[in-house]
Formats: sequence, C-alpha cells, structure tokens
Amino acid sequence: MKKEVEQAFRSALEQYEQQIERTTARFPERRDVFYSTSKAEVKRLYTPIDVEEIDPLEDIGLPGSYPFTRGVQPTMYRGRLWTMRMYAGFATAEESNKRYKFLLQQGQNGLSVAFDLPTQIGYDSDHVLAEGEVGKVGVAIDSLKDMETLFDGIPLDKVSTSMTINAPASILLAMYIAVAQKQGVSKDKLRGTIQNDILKEYIARGTYIFPTAPSMRLITDIFAYCSKEVPSWNTISISGYHIREAGSTATQEVGFTLANGIAYVEAALAAGLDIDSFAPRLSFFFNAHNDLLEEVAKFRAARRLWARIMKERFGAKNPKSMMMKFHTQTGGSTLTAQQTENNIVRVAIQTLAAVLGGTQSLHTNSKDEALALPTEQSVQTALRTQQIVAYESGIANTVDPLAGSYYIEAKTNQIEEEAMDYISRIDDMGGAPRAIDAGFIQREIMDAAYQYQLDIEKGDNIVVGVNKYQVKEPSPSGLLRVDLSVGDKQKEQLKALRAERDNQAVERALEKLRAVCRSDENVMPVIIEAVKTYATLGEITDVMRDVFGEYRQSVII
Amino acid sequence: MQRPIRVLVAKPGLDGHDRGAKVIARAFRDAGMEVIYTGLRQTPEQIVAAAIQEDVEVVAVSILSGAHSTLLPRIKELLKEENADDMLFVAGGVIPDDDIAFLKEKGVAAVFTPGTPTTLAVEFIREHVKR
Repeated sequence: MKKEVEQAFRSALEQYEQQIERTTARFPERRDVFYSTSKAEVKRLYTPIDVEEIDPLEDIGLPGSYPFTRGVQPTMYRGRLWTMRMYAGFATAEESNKRYKFLLQQGQNGLSVAFDLPTQIGYDSDHVLAEGEVGKVGVAIDSLKDMETLFDGIPLDKVSTSMTINAPASILLAMYIAVAQKQGVSKDKLRGTIQNDILKEYIARGTYIFPTAPSMRLITDIFAYCSKEVPSWNTISISGYHIREAGSTATQEVGFTLANGIAYVEAALAAGLDIDSFAPRLSFFFNAHNDLLEEVAKFRAARRLWARIMKERFGAKNPKSMMMKFHTQTGGSTLTAQQTENNIVRVAIQTLAAVLGGTQSLHTNSKDEALALPTEQSVQTALRTQQIVAYESGIANTVDPLAGSYYIEAKTNQIEEEAMDYISRIDDMGGAPRAIDAGFIQREIMDAAYQYQLDIEKGDNIVVGVNKYQVKEPSPSGLLRVDLSVGDKQKEQLKALRAERDNQAVERALEKLRAVCRSDENVMPVIIEAVKTYATLGEITDVMRDVFGEYRQSVII
Repeated sequence: MQRPIRVLVAKPGLDGHDRGAKVIARAFRDAGMEVIYTGLRQTPEQIVAAAIQEDVEVVAVSILSGAHSTLLPRIKELLKEENADDMLFVAGGVIPDDDIAFLKEKGVAAVFTPGTPTTLAVEFIREHVKR
C-alpha cells in the first residue's frame, strides 16, 4: 500500500472499530470468541494489515512455480480437471471388479482399491484373526489369483490405480506388476499410487505389522526399485487424512504429515538415494473438512511448506521434487448417522474446499457411510457432487480463485507457521518415529479429539441433526451388507490354490525371500518372484514377520 | 464412599479406528471411573482374559469394522463360560440398527452408535452396573 493510502485506511479501520464497540454494546455478537473447526480463533475482520508482511512473489508466487502456494500446475483445472477417484472394494474380487467397471462407466477416471483388514495386516482369509473380517471393509486378496480377478477386463495401461495398502504394500505392488505383465503391459506404463505410509499407521490408522526400522527399509526399497523400474508410479501417499480422522486439528494434520514426510526422505537419503531420484514420486493425501476457508488455507499452506522443506532443508534441485501433489478425501468423521441426507451437503462443501485448495484427485464420501459401506446409488450421488462442482459451479475456471483474500492469506501463513512449529518440536525429539514411540503425536491428536467431543456435548460446536435440529426418524433401510459366506468362499479358494500350485516353487521362492530380508538387498524382485508362484499374502508376510518381528503399540489414552 | 466403577475399554477385531475407544475411555475416566484400555486387535479370548484379570464390572467394546455380529456374541459366550456373566457388556461403533436387535438378543446390554453423547453412555453404565 502507498503511504498515504495506508494512513487513510488505518484511520478508517480505527473508526470502524469504535463503531463496532458501540454496535456490539447494543447488539452483542453471537458469541464472545469465534473459532474454526480446529479451534483456531477467527477474527471479525481481516484487512490488508493482516497480509502486509506477505511477499506476493516469494510467498504466494504463481501457479506451477515455487513455492507452489497457488497450485502445482500452471493452468490447474483449466487444463485438466482433477481425477475423480472413488475408494471402493468389498467382498470378493469378482464383486469389486463389477463395482470398478460400474464406476468407470459412470465417468470415473481412476480406480482406488480398498482392501479388507486381513489383507491390510498380512493375514490370509483362513487365519484365525480374519474371522468375521473377510471382505468387510474392502476386498479380500489372498494371492495373485484374486488380483487377476480384481482387474479382469480392466486394461492397466489405461487406468491409474491407487491402492490403500501400507504394511504389505510391497506385496500388493508386486501382484499388480505381475497382473500387468500377464496383460502384456510393461512396468514403465503403470500409473498409480500405493499408500505405503507406515508412520501414520502407528499414529492413527492401526494396520501396522513390522517394527519401525524394517518398515522404513521396505519403504525405501520400494522407492529405489520404482525409481528404476516403475517410474510413473507414486511410491507413497503420505497421509494426513487418518490423522485428521483421528481427531487432529488442521494445523496438526499438516505438521504431523510433513514430519512423517521428512522421516521418509531422511530414510531414503540414509539408504544412499539421490533426493531428486525419488522425491518427484512422493505424493500426499489430505482430508477435506467442513470449515471451508480454513481447509483451503490448509492445502495452500501444506504445499508451500513442503516446497520450502524440500528446497531449503534437503537441497532438492528438480522443481518436481518440491511439488506437493495430493489426493483428498472428504472427512468421514464429519458425516452423521442422523438425517443422512444432510451428509450430501457436507460432502459438497468439502468438495469445494478440496478443489479451491488445488487437489489432484478426490474421493467424495457417500451419505450412508456413518452407517455402513455405501450403496451403488449413494456412491453415484457422491460422484455426481464432484461432477456438479466441476462443470456447474464455475470454480474450476480460474486458478486458485481465493488467493489474495485477506483471511485466506493470513490463515495460510498461520497454518504454515504453526505446522512448522510442530515440525521443529518433532525434530527436537529426534524425528517422527521417535515422537511416535514417545506417544507425543498420538497424545496431541487425542487431546484435540476429546476437546472437540466436549465442545459438541457443551453445545459450543453445533452439528446439525446431532445436537441441534434433531428429529425422530425411522431406522435407515437398504444398507449394503457383506454376508459372511465371503469368508467361506475365500477359504475354499485358498484350499484349492494350495492343492493346485507348484508348492516346491513356492517354498523355494519363500526361502529366497527370507535370505534377502536378512541381507540388505532390495526385497522387491524376490517378492515379485514369490507372488508369481502363487505364494499367498499371508505366507509371504509370515516370512517377513519371522525375520523382522512385529510392532508393539504403545497404548495411549 | 463407594469405590469407583472399573471399566475395560476394548477394541476387538482388526480395525484400527480407535478415536471412539479413546474418547469414551477419557469420558469414563473424567466421570470418575477407573479405565483400562486394551489397545488394538484384541481377540475375544484376550478381552475376556483381561476383563477377569483386571476384575472389571463393565466391558465396553468399540468396533467399526463390520465384524460385530461375529465377535460380540463370542465375547458374551466366553464371559458366561468364565462365570463373569454379571459384568455389564456394552458396545459402540458403526453398527446398523438391524444388527442391534440381534446383538441385544445375544446379551449386549446397549449399543451406542455415532453421535451418542458420552454422557449418555456414562449414565447407562451407572444405572445398569451390578454392584
């Protein structure tokens, strides 16, 4: 601002504030202090004074250029819309395959595979701990055979596939590569993502298997292997989503996720990888909550902070290493079991947040997810929500339209600073794995989660239909159910598989795997060999459990 | 003065969603109860063993994986086998209404679904605990 303009503005602002004092004396505001969803204080008014320290070039810049505050692409959605990617999978590979084909038909352009819990924790469907869980929250995959069925008739050189798999990520990636080979698709044509983010499993999601050190080694093995063999594959999706679902604030979501990201980068550097060889394939995954403006600022802050960390802390040279590309999912924990139609509106607001925040891909939750897995009908409405935002709302027509808003820019700064503060504290503890072992991150999240619940119960936070505007309603009907026969079916198939495959070849492959796990050789090639013999996920994981041991959770409440 | 109510908060099955379990554990603690939390991935056998070892009056399980109809009746059976049937057995999580009737038939005293205030669960326990 020019000096005389600034002076005039400041005096006008003073007058405004005096007037506010008089007005609020007669008509008090709705509350004394206003807070965001994350319990950050929100001021009455943001003005040029709040953003006067911001450098329009250094801090905000232009889309497609460092520090990428305004987005990673120069044209963003004018060039290509975000990838609409619905997370799906349940029951058997056949049933999930049908759902994928349905979604592709509906105009979705990328797949996102949900695995059941036994698969995610490395147990075959006939394991005692799998009892009652087979096919419940995702598809059951026991061997390459199931994976072949899952992608039957889906050309893997044409779709990009995201797989929510962490502890056994190397095994599922190996199966995907093997299926592609059978389809005649070479590794360098494969596009997709494995979540492969073990640290947030220890923090918030719970599907860990191995202790921290071998887990980090598996992750760096994947980085190294893919940088040479599967160059278009996103080797990790560093996830704030589950941290937020566990009850964190927006700032904590950014701070803890980026602290985890730093840990992966450091592990890869320690293993001798060059920063620019793997960093371009790192991707992120965030939550989109209801507090629209706070969320937009969060995405922008995360992007800028990661760019700065990669450049300044790790000395990356390739701009692609500094670009934070991310997937977003709307916030599952914001959905209510009461008056489920209302959830469609929540998801629409969250979709706006993700798109105004510059996401690369998006999953929108379905209205019935506080009750059960979504039905085909409700998934369609959720996908349509994205399509309406894309084609009817107009917000995709100009890049980063909220930039320059006093509130958005001030909030972007604030989230970046507070997230950086968390990162510094975690650095002081020796990095994210140590901070997790000490329970620091879990405790911070739990404090925020409990506070949020108390605020709802006190009525300080209003959730429509839950603690205000409740109605008596009949039980919801028509929910999707996965019946228990899925478990029996998988068990029978496993039995048949074990009878018909070449068990000596399986044994040999598993012994080779054991030797490689004990050495410091890359595990990926032997895992690919093993899955091709139809060694099961459980058998492969058991060998690794044997060599690596198992993680023991520190219980914190 | 009566001694505080002892509660075991447990996570059966494989799901890792423990926000609900931890929030309710804190709410019980703030309500003056003594709370033991098992952590993740507990089998019905482990949960019942912990309940007996800790000599609790209430077993409160949180489950969001959809495996409730398999795991919860099993816990109740084991409690009976161990002559610990007097323990109050309650559950919370993403559990469809249709299943709630079945679970109550199988001996689950109450099922708290998403959106239930923690105070309601606390009240229920105070009213129904056998002492």
